[in-house]
Amino acid sequence: MNKPMIKFVQGNEACVEGALYAGIDFYAGYPITPSTEVAELLAAKLPQKGGKFIQMEDEIASMCAIIGASLTGHKVMTATSGPGFSLKQEALGYACMAEIPCVVVNVQRGGPSTGNPTHVSQGDVNQARWGTHGDHSIIALTASNHQDVFAMTVDAFNLAETYRTPVILLLDEAVGHMREKLVVPEKGAIPLVDRLRTDVGKGVDYHPYLPREDGRLPMSDFGGDHRYNVTGLFHDMWGFPSNNPTVVNGLLHHLVDKIENNIQAITRYKEHFLDGAEYVLVSYGSSARSAIHLAKNRRARGERIGVLELQSLWPFPEALIRDRCRGAKAVVVVEMNMGQVMRHVKAAVDDPERVFLANRIDGKLITPTDIKKLLRVIQGMGV
Amino acid sequence: MSVKDYLRERYFPHMWCPGCGHGTVLNSLLRAVEALGLNKNDIVMTSGIGCSARISGYVDFHSLHTIHGRALTFATGVKFSKPELKLLVPMGDGDALAIGGNHFIHAARRNIDMTAIVMNNRIYGMTGGQFSPLSGLGKKATTAPYLTIDNDFDVVELSRAAGASFVARTTTYHALEAVDLLKRAIDHKGFSVVEILSQCPTHFGRKNKEGDAVNMLELYKANTAKIGSKALKENPALLARGIFVDENRPEYCEEYEKIIQRATGGKK
Repeated sequence: MNKPMIKFVQGNEACVEGALYAGIDFYAGYPITPSTEVAELLAAKLPQKGGKFIQMEDEIASMCAIIGASLTGHKVMTATSGPGFSLKQEALGYACMAEIPCVVVNVQRGGPSTGNPTHVSQGDVNQARWGTHGDHSIIALTASNHQDVFAMTVDAFNLAETYRTPVILLLDEAVGHMREKLVVPEKGAIPLVDRLRTDVGKGVDYHPYLPREDGRLPMSDFGGDHRYNVTGLFHDMWGFPSNNPTVVNGLLHHLVDKIENNIQAITRYKEHFLDGAEYVLVSYGSSARSAIHLAKNRRARGERIGVLELQSLWPFPEALIRDRCRGAKAVVVVEMNMGQVMRHVKAAVDDPERVFLANRIDGKLITPTDIKKLLRVIQGMGV
Repeated sequence: MSVKDYLRERYFPHMWCPGCGHGTVLNSLLRAVEALGLNKNDIVMTSGIGCSARISGYVDFHSLHTIHGRALTFATGVKFSKPELKLLVPMGDGDALAIGGNHFIHAARRNIDMTAIVMNNRIYGMTGGQFSPLSGLGKKATTAPYLTIDNDFDVVELSRAAGASFVARTTTYHALEAVDLLKRAIDHKGFSVVEILSQCPTHFGRKNKEGDAVNMLELYKANTAKIGSKALKENPALLARGIFVDENRPEYCEEYEKIIQRATGGKK
């Protein structure tokens, strides 16, 4: 398959294509709308390449199984939606603490609770950040079209390996179920990050939790020469439980710093018509499609409207937003929740009074007209 | 090689109370592993949370100390992704059959090749003595000051019904018998369960007036009998020990190899 392949697919299928491109060889999951196609497709495709697919008894088991499989050296993923994402949170925190690379896809639907299973929402943005208990840091990516779903899925695997951390891919029902064109690039077109394995030899003391100078921690596969302990307790450089205050303090700082100190390297975004924009729309996921559509139309009529499309939501790209929104007459955050990203944009910009929310929370995709109506009010041009 | 070679002495002394049965389980388990001549690099021990779960820190295998109730699901990920590994999964009674009950029956149903060891002390020890689904009726615990009204599971019957292809039971009094049963369980291809009654003098024994560790061990001797023994025939009220299920049934990882064959048209 060494030439680009053109497909007409659902967003969930684009995610699967991205995962396969990135080298996934283990998937554990549980059926849940609107993410189920990810499991169905991988049930068919993984064994074709000698990989493993397992349908577990619940969401928690799926999350735990991928962590176990990552420790044997595999590239792993699970996919879910709101209720399942809630159930996975404890094990997700375990993966943060034990520093296990894995990818968790959340195809968002309306919540809370069972909510609106077949309709779009972006209500899990803050859950992705703080769903599991305790201080920690996390990487969460998102995408508004299938080409980007593919690219962000590959990125999710790469970042998980680079930072030894779970990476959350926040898709939404609209992107997940919509069909559009996808070009699967030829092998090698997008660089892949493979597991960093230790070069410490057999019989030499290997420290699984002693970061190198560059902050990365080389791993050793279960079944290999190095036998070490993995735990969700605070632990020392051997992975053995410790409540020594220096160890606890050092580990928590490491877990947060390894991500927060690399915001620039992790941040992914796109700019649409931002040059000289008086009105900046900040958006992501399927909402960004409507924001881009509006900006394109209004630009054609001479209005200076642009879109800053976020493709990474956590760690929050505060400096980027401050910079791109500087001097704007108004900033409108376009999202399908009660303002989860808007609050962070307000905190980031110089003039929070000029940040507004264009949202929809009724299970319908936000439209360009919805955004335009709010813009007109901001511009003093009536309702 | 001696049993000591299987321990991480760096992490001793262990954190179990004086008189706790869990050290005896560890002893029997290491003797079983030694007798089987297994390579330490081929063994992964996963455990959950609780007194029992700390066992994984003390052994010189690949060890995965996870979250409460989920040891079997992590073990499934390890085993299914690398079937050549041997999986040992020690769990406490609450860990295995309260919070982890669903995983327990499903791992048994799949008949995935691993050994579940239920270290049954009939109490939540680490949190200070609350009743568990294996405490049984009329027991005293910190959350049952007026005695329990909760029925208990029979680990053997539950495992059998869920599809485990090897099921055995013994006690810490019968430590040599435990070595033998663990050997057979580890050697068995498929999901094996060994329930080992393990005394908790600190919480269960004290609250239920079963005396100290020695008294509790003597109760195991007095209240149990081998399957097929005269003692058991004469007194069916005794708790049976021994092997209850030992069958050859299709193992999950091997069956998945057939899926790979079907998916690749035999090219893989």
